[in-house]
Amino acid sequence: MNDMRIMERSVETNDIKIAANKVQVFYGENHAIKDVDVQIEDKTVTAFIGPSGCGKSTFLRTLNRMNDTIDICRVEGDILLDGENIYDPKVDPVQLRAKVGMVFQKPNPFPKSIYDNVAYGPRIHGLFQTKADLDNIVEKSLRRAAIWDEVKDRLDGPGTGLSGGQQQRLCIARAVATEPEVLLMDEPCSALDPIATAQVEELIDELREKFAVVIVTHSMQQAARVSQKTAFFHLGNLVEFGETGQIFTNPSDPRTESYISGRIG
Amino acid sequence: MTDFNSDMASKKSSLLVADARTQKRNKAEARFRAYGLAAVGVGLLFLVILLTTIISNGSSAFKQTFVTVEVFLDPAKIDKKGNRNIEDLKKATTFTYKPLIQQGLLDQVNAAGYNHPFEKHKAMGQLLSASAAGQVRQFVLDNPDRLGETVEFRLIAASRVDGYLKGRVTRESVARDKNISAEHFDLVDQMQADGLVEKVFNMAFITGADASEARPEQAGFGVSMAGSFFMMLVVLGVSLPIGVAASIYLEEFAPQNWFTDLIEVNISNLAAVPSIVFGILGLAVFIQFAHLPQSAPLVGGLVLSLMTLPTIIISTRAALKSVPPSIRDAALGIGASKMQSVFHHVLPLAMPGILTGTIIGLAQALGETAPLLLIGMVGFIATNMPDTLAEGILSPNSAMPAQIYEWAKRADPAWYERAWGGIIILLVFLITMNTLAVILRRRFERRW
Amino acid sequence: MPVLWIFLFVAGLAVIGFVLGRARALRSADGDVRHLHSLPFYYGANAALKTFVPAAIVLAVWSVAQPMVLDRQVSTMIPQSVIDDGGSLGLIMSDVSRVAAGLDQAVAQGAMTAEEAATLRSEFTDVRARLGEIGVALGADVKPEVLAAAQALRIKQNTASWISTFVVVALAIAGFGWAVMQTNKDFRARTVVESGTKSLLILSACLAVLTTVGIILSLVFNTIEFFKLYSAKDFFFGTTWSPSFTGTSQLGILPLLWGTMYISIIALIVAVPIGLFAAVYLSEYAGPKTRAFAKPLIEILAGIPTIVYGLFALLTVGPLLVDIFGDGGALGVSWMKGGTAVMTAGLVMGVMLIPFVSSLSDDIINAVPQSLRDGSFGLGATKSETIRQVVLPAALPGIVGAILLAASRAIGETMIVVLGAGAAGKLDMNPFEAMTTVTAKIVSQLTGDGDFASPEALVAFALGMTLFVITLGLNFVALYIVRKYREQYD
Repeated sequence: MNDMRIMERSVETNDIKIAANKVQVFYGENHAIKDVDVQIEDKTVTAFIGPSGCGKSTFLRTLNRMNDTIDICRVEGDILLDGENIYDPKVDPVQLRAKVGMVFQKPNPFPKSIYDNVAYGPRIHGLFQTKADLDNIVEKSLRRAAIWDEVKDRLDGPGTGLSGGQQQRLCIARAVATEPEVLLMDEPCSALDPIATAQVEELIDELREKFAVVIVTHSMQQAARVSQKTAFFHLGNLVEFGETGQIFTNPSDPRTESYISGRIG
Repeated sequence: MTDFNSDMASKKSSLLVADARTQKRNKAEARFRAYGLAAVGVGLLFLVILLTTIISNGSSAFKQTFVTVEVFLDPAKIDKKGNRNIEDLKKATTFTYKPLIQQGLLDQVNAAGYNHPFEKHKAMGQLLSASAAGQVRQFVLDNPDRLGETVEFRLIAASRVDGYLKGRVTRESVARDKNISAEHFDLVDQMQADGLVEKVFNMAFITGADASEARPEQAGFGVSMAGSFFMMLVVLGVSLPIGVAASIYLEEFAPQNWFTDLIEVNISNLAAVPSIVFGILGLAVFIQFAHLPQSAPLVGGLVLSLMTLPTIIISTRAALKSVPPSIRDAALGIGASKMQSVFHHVLPLAMPGILTGTIIGLAQALGETAPLLLIGMVGFIATNMPDTLAEGILSPNSAMPAQIYEWAKRADPAWYERAWGGIIILLVFLITMNTLAVILRRRFERRW
Repeated sequence: MPVLWIFLFVAGLAVIGFVLGRARALRSADGDVRHLHSLPFYYGANAALKTFVPAAIVLAVWSVAQPMVLDRQVSTMIPQSVIDDGGSLGLIMSDVSRVAAGLDQAVAQGAMTAEEAATLRSEFTDVRARLGEIGVALGADVKPEVLAAAQALRIKQNTASWISTFVVVALAIAGFGWAVMQTNKDFRARTVVESGTKSLLILSACLAVLTTVGIILSLVFNTIEFFKLYSAKDFFFGTTWSPSFTGTSQLGILPLLWGTMYISIIALIVAVPIGLFAAVYLSEYAGPKTRAFAKPLIEILAGIPTIVYGLFALLTVGPLLVDIFGDGGALGVSWMKGGTAVMTAGLVMGVMLIPFVSSLSDDIINAVPQSLRDGSFGLGATKSETIRQVVLPAALPGIVGAILLAASRAIGETMIVVLGAGAAGKLDMNPFEAMTTVTAKIVSQLTGDGDFASPEALVAFALGMTLFVITLGLNFVALYIVRKYREQYD
C-alpha cells in the first residue's frame, strides 16, 4: 500500500454536508444498522469500507432514501442534509434524490440513446429552458464524466452499446447532469476491469471539486486511493471514522486493524 | 471547462418545502396511479357485472312452475275397447288425454269459485305445457289399474305462465299473444294464492334432454352434460398419454436438431391457432376423410384433444423441467437406464404438475364451442341418456357449450333463461376443475 | 363391430404374450432372476409390444383407408350421365353408401336374405320402399346405377374386411410367435423394449407436426377445389358478400375482413389500455396482498368460455347499447338498429382480452431489471416517470408482442362474433352497424344442410385458409419479438 501518498495528502476541513445522528436501520426484525453517527463533508470523498454484509451499502441507501422502495425497511434517527432532516414527513424523496444523486454497482444505462440517458434527469426536473440549454447540460455532464470524446460522435446510439467502463461513466454523467449536491456511489467499480476502474477513480477525484462524494467499496486500496475520509463498518456498527490516512496507517480500533491487515473480511 | 454550476445558486432550496414543479409532478404521479387503480377496478367490475348477469338471469332456470290438476282418467275415452290391454292403451295418443286434463283443470277452477271468463276447457290448455298430456299418458301406461279414478297430477305449466311467475312475461307483453291472455294471468294469480300453481326446484333441467322449439319449459341440460362428459373422456384418453409421451421425448431424449426445433415451433403455434380452424380440421379429416360418425362425442373429443395437446405438452414439459438433474444423475449413477430413470423417478415426481396442466387443459376444452359447431354437435339431437360407454361415445349428442349456443339462437326469450342456467352449470364445472387444479398444485408443490 | 372384436383379440393376445414371455424367460434361467439379461418384466413387455403395436397400427390405418379406396373404385362405376343428373359425384356416392348401409341393415334384421340383397334389381323392386320398411329413409328413388354400385360396394367391403381381419390377426400372431421364440435368458429384452418405447415417444411428438400438416392439407385441398369453381381474384378483391344457393353468389372476402378488423380494433382499444394499466398497477404499485387478490380475479375473466361472452353480448350488452344509441335511446340518436353490431362484439371481446393483455404485460414488465428502476429513482424520478420513461420503453418490444398475440386472438375469436356481430357482410364505417367476420361466416357456411361440393360451402375453407395464414403470421412475429425481448434481459 502506498502509505507515502496517503500521508502527504493535504487535508482541509470543509462544511458538513450530511450529518447522521444515531441512525438505526431495521429490515423487518433484523437490526441492520446500529447507532451510526457520521459527518460527511462537502467537496470531500468519503469511503465506506467493511466486510460484506456489514451494512455499508444499506447505510449509503438511507442517505437518499432509496430504502423507501423496500417495504420492510425502517429507519430511525436523524440524517440532516444542510441541517434539514431528510426523514421529515414533509420531505419529498423525489426532491431529495435530485440533490443526492446515486451511481450503482452495476452500470445500468437506460435502453435509450446516450443523449437521452444524460438528458433524463434534467428533463424530469425541468432544469433547462431551450433545447440548446439541454444540449449544453448533456455536453458538460459527459465532459465531467470524462467520456465526451469517446461518445460525442454517437450521441444517438444506444447507451447499452457501450463497454462496461463507458457505461459506468455514462451513468455518472447521468447522475451529474441532475446537478446534485451529493453523489453516492455504491461499489461503482466492482463490475469493471482495472483500466476502466482507474478511469473512474480518476474521475471521482475530479468530481470532488464540486460535490460531496460518498463511495462504498469493498477494495481497501481503492478507498485509500480516492478518499479523504474513511468509515469502517462492521456487523452494522460504525467502528471507526476519520482521515483516510489515519485509518489506514494507525487505526485506533483492533477490528479495523484486523480488517486492514486481512485477518477479517 | 466552464463553471458548471453557475446556474445552481437558485437551486439552494429547502427540502421541507415542495417546489411548484415537484407539486405538479406529484399530482401527475397520483393521476397515473389512479389510472392504474381504475383499470384494475374496471377489470374487476366487468367480472362482477358478468357474474351477476349470469346468476340473475340464470338462477330462475332451476325453478319451474307446476300446476296441480286433478284428472279423471276416463276409461270411456282412454280404453275404448274396455279390456285394459296395454297394447290397446298405447294406441290412445296424447290427443286423447289433452281434453281430459283440460276438463279436469276447468272443473277444479270452477269448483274453487275463481273468477274467470273461460267457458271452454280448451282455454285451460294454454296454462299447461304441451308435454303435460304425455306425462299423464305415461302414468296411465305405467298404472293401467288406476283407470277410472280421479288422480292428482303435478304438471308442467306453459312457458308463458312460468315466465309470468318469474316476471319475464307481463300482461302488457301478451296483449297480442295468441297463446295466452291477461285473463289467464288473473286466474293464475288466484290459483297461486291457493297453492295450485307453484314454483318448485326443477330437477328435470339438470337431468333432462333438450326439447323442441315450442316447449322451452320442458328442456333440460342433462343429456348435453353427458355428451360433454364422454367428450372429456376421449380428450383425457387421447391427449394425456400422447401429450405426456411427446413431452418426455422432447424434454428428456430429443437431440438438438432441426426436427426437434420443427416440433417445438409447431407446438407453440398450435397453441395459438384459432379454435374454429381445428373445427375445419375435424370436419375435413375426421368426418369427410375418415368417415367417423358425425355429431358423435368421439369426433368432438378428438378435435378437442388436438387443441388440448399443446396445453398439456407445455405444462408437462415445465413439470419435467422442474425436476432437478440430480435426481436423474442419482438414478443413472446406480446403473438405471435413461428410460428407467425417467419412468421410475422423473415422471412420478412431475406427476402433480402434469395433472394440474391436464385439468386446466380439460377445463379449456370443456368450454370450447366453435369447433363443435362445424362437426354438427349442435342442438336437438339426443333425447335420451346414453346407456353404454360405446353408445355415449359414438351416438350423436350435443355438448354443454353447444347446447347453450343452440338455446341462445332460438326466438322465444324463455330459451334465454335456459341458456343462462346452462352457463351456471358449465361454470360450476369449470370452477370445480380449476379449484381442483389449484389445490393439487398447492398440495404437491415441491420446492427444490 | 368386427373392428372392435379384432382389436380385442389383438389386445388379448398381447396380454397372453406378456405372461408367456415373462414365464419363458424365467424358465430359461431356471427361475433365477439374476441369470437373466433384463428384468422379467421386459421379456413380457417385449412380447406384448411385438404382438400389439404393428397389428394395431395396421388396423387403424386400414379402417381409415378402406372406405376411401373402395369409394374411389366404386365411383368409377357411376356413368357421367348420372353424375350430371344428380348434381355431383359426392352426392351420388353418399347415396351409394347409404343404400349399401341400408342393405346391410336389412340383412342384419332379417328383412332380406343376403342373396336377395346382392341380386336385387331396382327395375323390379322398389328398393326405397323395402328399405323404408326397416327404417332406412332414402331421399329419392334408387337409380339402377346407384343400386349396382351399392351392391358392388358391399361385395368389396365384405372382401376387404375379411382381408383386413386376416392380415391383422396374422400380424399379431406373427409378432407373438417371434417374440416368444426369441425369449431366452441372454436376450437383451430391456434394450429392445426401450428402443420400442422411444419410437412410441417420437411418434407422439410427431403428432403436433401431423396436426399442422392435417390443418394445412384440409385447408389447401378444399381451397383449391373452391378456386376451381370461383375465381381467386373475385374472392380476394370482391367487395360484396352475398352467398345464394341459386348460383349467383358473390363471395368477396373484403367485407368480412373489414368486419374482422373493425371488431378486433375496437376490442384492442378496450383491452390494451385497461389491460396495460392494470398490469402496471399490479406489478409496480400494488402491495403483495392486493396483487394476490386482484390478479387471480382478473384472470378468471380469461377462464370464462367464449360462449358465455357471446351470450353476454347478445342478451345484455347489445340491448343495453340499443337503449343508449338506438332509436328513442338515452342519447336521442338513432345510430343503432339492432343489438348485434360491431360495437357490441368489439366491447365484449375487449373485456375478454383484458386478462390476456394484462397477464402477458405483467410478465414482461416484471422481466425489466430492477437496476433500471433503481437508476431512475436514484436520479429523483417519481414512480410514474420511471414507469413511463424507463420501464415501459424498455418493455415495449414485449408489449408489442403481447398486443399482436391479443390481436390474433381477436381475429380468430368465433363465438362472440357469431352471437354478437350480425350476419351481413358490409363495408361500413358506422360501428353501430351489424357486420360479420371471417370466423362467423365459416360457421354459417359449414353448418346447415348445404352441399359440401358447392362453392358456397367450399368458400369456408378459403376463409379458413386466410384466417390461418393471418393468425399464423401474427403469432410468428409476436412470438419472435417476445423471445428476442426475453433474451435481451436474460
